[in-house]
Formats: sequence, structure tokens, C-alpha cells
Amino acid sequence: MSQADGTAPVIDVEPRRGDPEITPEVVADHGLSEKEYARVVDLMGRPPTFTELGVFSAMWSEHCGYKNSKRLLRLLPTKAPWVIQGPGENAGVIDIGDGYALAFKIESHNHPSAVEPYQGAATGVGGILRDIFTMGARPIAVLDSLRFGDLDSGRVRYLFGGVVAGVGDYGNCVGIPNIGGEVMFDRGYAGNPIVNAMCLGLMKRGDLMTAAATGTGNSLMAVGARTGRDGIHGATFASEELSEDDDASSRPMVQVGDPFTEKLLLEASLELISSGAISGIQDMGAAGITSSASEMAGRGGSGVEIDMALVPVREPGMTPYEILLSESQERMLVVANDGREDEVRRILEKWELEAAVIGTVTDDGRFRVLEDGVVVADIPALPLTEGCPTYEREGIEGDDVRVLRTMDVSPYLRPTGDLTDTFRQLLGSPNVASKRWIYEQYDTTVRTSTVVPPGGDAGVVRIRGTRRAVAATTDCNGRHVYLDPGNGARAAVAEAARNLVCVGAQPTAITNNLNFGNPLKPHIYYQMREAVLGMAEACALFETPVTGGNVSLFNETDGRAIYPTPVIGMVGVVEDVDHITRAGFSEPGDTILLLGSNTDEIGGSEYLYVIADLVAGHPPRVDLEAERSLQRAVLDMIHQRLLASAHDCSEGGLACTLAESALGSERPFGVDVTVDDDVSPVGAFFGEAHGRVVVSCGPDKASAVLETAQRHGVPVRIIGTVGEQDGDFILKAKDGSISLPAAQVADIYFSAIPKLMDLGETG
Amino acid sequence: MKVAVVTFPGSNCDYDLYKAVQQVGGNPTFVWHRERGLTEYDAVMLPGGFSYGDYLRGGAIARMSPVMEDVVTYANAGGPVLGICNGFQILCEAGLLPGALMKNRSLRFRSHPVHLRVERNDTMFTSAYEKGDLLSIPIAHGEGNFEADKETLQRIEGEGHVVFRYVDPSGEATDAANPNGSWHNIAGLVNERGNVLGMMPHPERATEELLGSTDGLGLFDSLVHALSATA
Repeated sequence: MSQADGTAPVIDVEPRRGDPEITPEVVADHGLSEKEYARVVDLMGRPPTFTELGVFSAMWSEHCGYKNSKRLLRLLPTKAPWVIQGPGENAGVIDIGDGYALAFKIESHNHPSAVEPYQGAATGVGGILRDIFTMGARPIAVLDSLRFGDLDSGRVRYLFGGVVAGVGDYGNCVGIPNIGGEVMFDRGYAGNPIVNAMCLGLMKRGDLMTAAATGTGNSLMAVGARTGRDGIHGATFASEELSEDDDASSRPMVQVGDPFTEKLLLEASLELISSGAISGIQDMGAAGITSSASEMAGRGGSGVEIDMALVPVREPGMTPYEILLSESQERMLVVANDGREDEVRRILEKWELEAAVIGTVTDDGRFRVLEDGVVVADIPALPLTEGCPTYEREGIEGDDVRVLRTMDVSPYLRPTGDLTDTFRQLLGSPNVASKRWIYEQYDTTVRTSTVVPPGGDAGVVRIRGTRRAVAATTDCNGRHVYLDPGNGARAAVAEAARNLVCVGAQPTAITNNLNFGNPLKPHIYYQMREAVLGMAEACALFETPVTGGNVSLFNETDGRAIYPTPVIGMVGVVEDVDHITRAGFSEPGDTILLLGSNTDEIGGSEYLYVIADLVAGHPPRVDLEAERSLQRAVLDMIHQRLLASAHDCSEGGLACTLAESALGSERPFGVDVTVDDDVSPVGAFFGEAHGRVVVSCGPDKASAVLETAQRHGVPVRIIGTVGEQDGDFILKAKDGSISLPAAQVADIYFSAIPKLMDLGETG
Repeated sequence: MKVAVVTFPGSNCDYDLYKAVQQVGGNPTFVWHRERGLTEYDAVMLPGGFSYGDYLRGGAIARMSPVMEDVVTYANAGGPVLGICNGFQILCEAGLLPGALMKNRSLRFRSHPVHLRVERNDTMFTSAYEKGDLLSIPIAHGEGNFEADKETLQRIEGEGHVVFRYVDPSGEATDAANPNGSWHNIAGLVNERGNVLGMMPHPERATEELLGSTDGLGLFDSLVHALSATA
């Protein structure tokens, strides 16, 4: 034994017979740069074996190692008195009061979904559920944040249909209600759909479980499904750009989901945790056994020794390399407390699942892999999990974006035709139209706790046995982030918070999913840096720390990147279920008020995309202080029981927001609204200025609403009244108006996406 | 009212059903599918979910579970048996109810509240309702399209076994109000003897105003009433 750098001993491992020789090409195929490889050799004190190279390749991929994002992620605020578990574990955990804690996290499955939409999306849901229940929390809600190209393409309809069915079938089968999410269709996502799934789980405050391997001599057990050849090198695949011909050749890298096994694994895992028979548990997710075992050792400050011959496999002849890197789904690695292996087996047997001892916890800090007793990999664990090189790349704004942002879009403020026709067009755009086609494929009411299902500003789930509820939303307008990353990210946080306060929840914490292109390109790294800085600023001001999340980079096909899409998954706490407020109007004659101000900001709007096929102009500027006042004002009104409805104003502008509020009940309400701002009717109706919320209240409460808004320094005015059901939908501005029957508004709004999907899904 | 809530691997509405039974003052017990013996219970309920992942066909594997032998014996002895969603599918597969539940005609999972019309209030499951009552209760299924051979269908209608039908807000059993393509908009039916009810909608999800509807409570109340009358 000799010392390479004075810390880790050099331990020689014989190359395994039949394994390929390590050449520069093999190293490159594993996604490691020459420098990174040199670092591996330095850490090991010798060249790695083929198996070891595979392990480093996975752990030092962007997906596991965050090498291009870690330095930026450190800029995000992560602490608050209510944060129990911040970044670094399987999920973040916050205190929500009354002795309960909420575990929550968002994760991407973009690359697999681009190749095989149904399985890609399904396994995305499966993975995020496991991240939650390994914390000891029972999943109580799922949300999905999706992006696709335009629906006029058969290929996009195939991807969209497959993803929705995959998200639905998996969550439905396991029995977790879907309570919300979002979708955007824009050619910017044509080659690379975005599929982010978020999960919330509930636990008693003291029941937190961690994913650390502790207790020298304790057994490591593989539980759940067997290991097969699916998804090998998924983590590395997810850290590369796609090309046109990836469709068929990449399918073996996509895992296949089995939600039935997941449901059994969920019940078995929660039973294992409450039994006290285990001291650690982790999902074998990205990079499979490799990441789960090495990360558990890293967190526990221990080592692990596992024998591949002991891992239950689906087919004979799998090499250690394949077993280590398989991403077969529905598997867990657990650390059994001393001598309680049989208890673990009995619990798994009850749920008709397998459990096998595959190794032990050691105290030597090594990640050691055996094949039938013969060592095939021996790596210092901490450098493997923590030593991934991190980079700060060069970030420069792209010239093309600057040109687009500074484009003068004011000519489009002049109506191009009849405003009512324009409104019809916008309402029928899939970005504005009802998403019922999607969420009717999701079970939204299982577990009988969903108070606000999908379709509202945020989903709300009550906590049984308490007066409390939790609310959650996902938000990000990728066009706005594309045109101005810093402002766009601040706006995404602000919109998420607005959505939460509209249902009556106090915004509490965030999980984020950073979806970007190739960070090695300066204009992409610029987007990442500016977006993270903007997010950090907004999170700090709103006191909504980031407790974890996911980074998905290299979302590019043939060199074309997606819009930068830092999705914000925000959770909030409703103190009393009586505070829960909905977006829909409830009574004819109620007063409609607008909080915030209309502007002529149409840059990056849905209006420009629909009318002029343009993504350009300066997106609406967000004023964080004003947003915070607005949030406080809305919550204050709700706590005073003043409001009949509250609805955030976003894509499609004020006109579409009013339409959505009018369509909140079985029969649509008429609306009679007049706005007197000194702006163009296009700006007033379709502009996407931030900081606006439309509320309604009984006429007798209007003065109190006005007074409350003023007290918080929020611009406010009465803009009209709720009409009769099936009445007329009338909006008037200074120089134009919109007028049509509410029934027609409903018809356009609800039929748009079904009509497009009836065109057929062709692969 | 002692109620056995039978849980199969993959059941996921067992807890919801348990809470609904508790809400009307009943005393529920989870019975794992490998357990035997149901004679001590006043009613047996098969919850919704995806028993065995609905692989092969909804309910096709669950009906071979050990406990199902006892469920059949229990039902044949006249004991009240309620199957909801996947539970309905299992009852059909086990032969306790006629017909089968095919894939929805849209070939997609459908989850939303539906309007149901109460066709009979002379069963032990529906006495708390009036005939013709309109209920708002959620559905959530991919295979709820009730179908049977022609003779069976004639018998079901002829002998009045249909208990719930999908209708529009005005109470008409229109095609547009049919969420899955079920024959004659059938949402729920009883066996000849009237002691076995299968239904696709989830009454256990409609028992609280906070969650949108209390229209499902009548079903559990009816059972409590029927059982206290006979006890």
C-alpha cells in the first residue's frame, strides 16, 4: 500500500477478465474530460478498472454530481426556522405545525420522455414518489410541470399524449392524487419536452428518516424489484445533448415502470421505517446501486462493501458494471439494524417483495465492490460522492436574445382586428385554454383529502385531524426567462407565491427544477447564472428558502436548446381550511376588483405568440417589494373572510383571467367589467403585467377590500360585477371592448385542447 | 356495524373507505387478502384501486385471492357486499355480479365528478335516498365500461337491477353524460337478491362538504340503517 495524496491509500484491483481496456475513447464515451479522468487517476493513485470508470462516470455526471450547477446552487437561500431538512437529502422537509412535517421535491425526466414519453414520464413519477417515502413520509399529492412543442405537430401530440398517460397511469395506480401543475406549448420545446414531477409527503415531525449508512457491520439489503439491464447509464445519458437519431438507439437507456410494485414498495418501506428495523434507506434511482450505496456511505461517514453476486437480478450473465449502473425501477437499498435482517425480510414478504443482503457497512471509507468475493472496484467513497469537479463556466448573453428583447413590439399594441376575435383566438390557444383534457386522466380525489383539485391557482390538500391544509404550485414562464433570465426567474417565484396566496396559503418553501441547455455554451451558462441569482433574490425577500431540487442540463437537440426553464415548485401552509379560496366567481352581483395595475407590457406574451408568432420584446418587469405587499394584502383579505374568489393574472392577461374566474362553476357566469387605465386595450386585456390578482366579494364587503388593499399600499379598484349564469361576457377599456356570450367563452375554453388532440397522435 | 374492508395488493382506496365507514359510526377492520373468515362482520366492502396492478384485466387476479372464497360464501349467505370501482370489477370477475367492465370507450382514464340518478331506493344500500335523486360523486377509472351479453342485459333491466345511472345535470341519461360507454349508462347494479352492490363511482369520496360533496354519505347511512334494523 502506498499513499497517493497523503489521505487515501492506493489499493490495487486486478482488471476483470473480459472487461474492455481503458482507452481515451472509452473515457470520452463515459462523459469524462481528460482533466476529470486525470483527477480520477490521482484520487485512486492508479488508473481505474472498467467497472470503476463506470462508477465515476455516473457519479460525476451532471445528473449526480451537479458539476456545472453546484457553484450556482450555493447562491440560493436554504435556511429558515421551519426548515427541518435542506438540500442534500432525498427531499426537503419543513415543519407545517400541529406536529406534522412536509417532505417535498421536484425532479425531471426530460431526456427519457423525449425518447419514450409514456415510460419516461411514468418512471419520473415513480422516482419522485420514492424520494418522498424514503424520508419516512407518506406521499399525499403529485404535481406535474410539462413543456412541449406546438400541438399542430403529430410528433408533439404523440409526446404530449404519452407523457400525460404515463404521469396519470403511474400516480393513479399507486393512489396518489394529482393536485396541479402546468403545461406550456411553444416551438422552443419542440425537440426536448420537459417533464418535471413534484411530490408532497406527510409525516409526523419526529419520524424523519435519513439516507445514511451507519453502524459498522450492519447489513446492506436490496429490497423491491430485481435488477435488470434497463436504464444502464441513464444518469450519463441525461447529461448529454440529444440528436435526431437518438430516438431508437437511446431506448435501452429508458427505464420501464411498474407502479403496482411501487405501491407495494411504498407500503413496505413505510412499515420498515416505523418498525425500527432499519437505520437508513435510499432509492436506487439515477446511477442505481452505485449512487445509493456510495452516497449512503458518504453521508454516514462510513464505507460499504457490496457483492454483485448477491444482488437479485432479472437475467443471468450481468456484469458488475451492468448491475452497478442499472436503473431498474422500484428498488431500494436499506441498512438493516444489527441482526434484524429477518424482520426486514418478513415485512417485504408480506408485501410480496424480495429482500436480499448484498453487503455490509464498513468503517474504512471505501466503496468496495466484489464479484463473488473478488474485488472489482475499490474507491474512496467521499471523493467519489463529494469530489466531483465543479465548474464556473463563462456566461455571456446571446446576441440573438438581445436582439429579440430589444425589439420594439409597441406596434402590436394597436389591435390587428376585432378585439373579441382576438380574445377568442387567445382563449383557444392551448396555453390559455382549459387543461381539463390532461387532469381528467389523473386521479385527483383518491385519499379523500383534495380540497382544491387541478385547475385552480394551486392545489390544496387538507391534513386530517387538524384544521390545516397544504397548498402547492409549479410555475415558470420559459419565454420570459429566455428574454430576460434574471427577471423571468424572479417572476416565476413571484407567480408561485401569488398562486399560493390566492388559495389562502402562506408561501413557505421551494423546490426547484433547473431545466437548461448545454452549460458549456456561454449563452446558456449566462441564462443559468442570471436565473439562479434572480431566484435567490426573490426567495430571500419572500422568505421561501430552497430545500432541494433537481438540475436538468443539456436539454438540446441538434444544438437547439430549450427556453431556460427554472421551474419553481412552491409549497404553502393554510392555517385553517376555512381560509381556502378558489379562483371561480360564486354569486351574480358580486363585486369584481383588480389588485395591481394594468400596463402595456406585452413582451414575451401569449398574445404576441398567437397574433404575431413572436417571442420578443421586454417581458413584464417584476417588482418584488410590490409583490410582497400584494401577497400580504390578499392573505389579509382572506383571513378577514372578505373574498368570494381570488385568481392570479398571468398568461393571456386580464381578459383570460376573468374568463377563468367566470368558468369556475358548472354554468358560466356573465361578467361586466370596465378598465379605465391609460393604456391600450391590448395592454389592458392581454398584457401580462405582474403583480395583479382579480378578486370578487359580496357588494357589502367591497369597501373593506378596498381599505385592506390600500392599507398594504396595493393599487386597487372596483372593475365590475359578476353577471348571471349563461349571461354575457363584456369587457370595456378606453378604446375597445370584448363582448360575447359566456356560453361561447366556455365552449372555446374547454374544447380547444380536446379538438387538437382529436387530430391524432402519430409517433 | 362491523365492516371488513378487504385489502388486496394494489388496493388504494381502502383507507378512504375505512374513514367513510367510521364517519357514519361504523367499526371498520382491514382484512388482508390472504386472511380467511368473514363471518364475524356485518358487511364486507371491496375498495377501489389497482389490485395486482390491474395487469391482465381489472380484478382478474384479485378474484383468485384466498379471501375471495369467503367473500363468495358470505354473499351467497345473504351478507351485504359492496364493491367500489376495482371492487366492482372484482365482484364481476368473481361471478357475484353479471357482466364485465371494459376499457372506457375513450381508451383514457377518466377522473371527475359525475351526476348519478338513483334508480332504486328499496335496497339496503340506497334506502336513505329518494328514487330519482341526483347525486354528484367522483369517478376515477380506466375500465368502467359496463358490458354483458344481450340476455343478461335484458334481465338486468327487466328485473330492475340497475341502482345508479350516469345522467346529465337535468337527470337525463344521455350519451354525453356517459363517461365510459357503459351500456344504458349503468354506473352501479345489484345482484338478483339485492345484497351485492357494485358501482364505479366513489361514494366514499363524497362524504364531506369541504371536499365538494356529501352525496355519497346516504349509501353508508343506508347500510347502517339496514343493519341496525335487522340486528
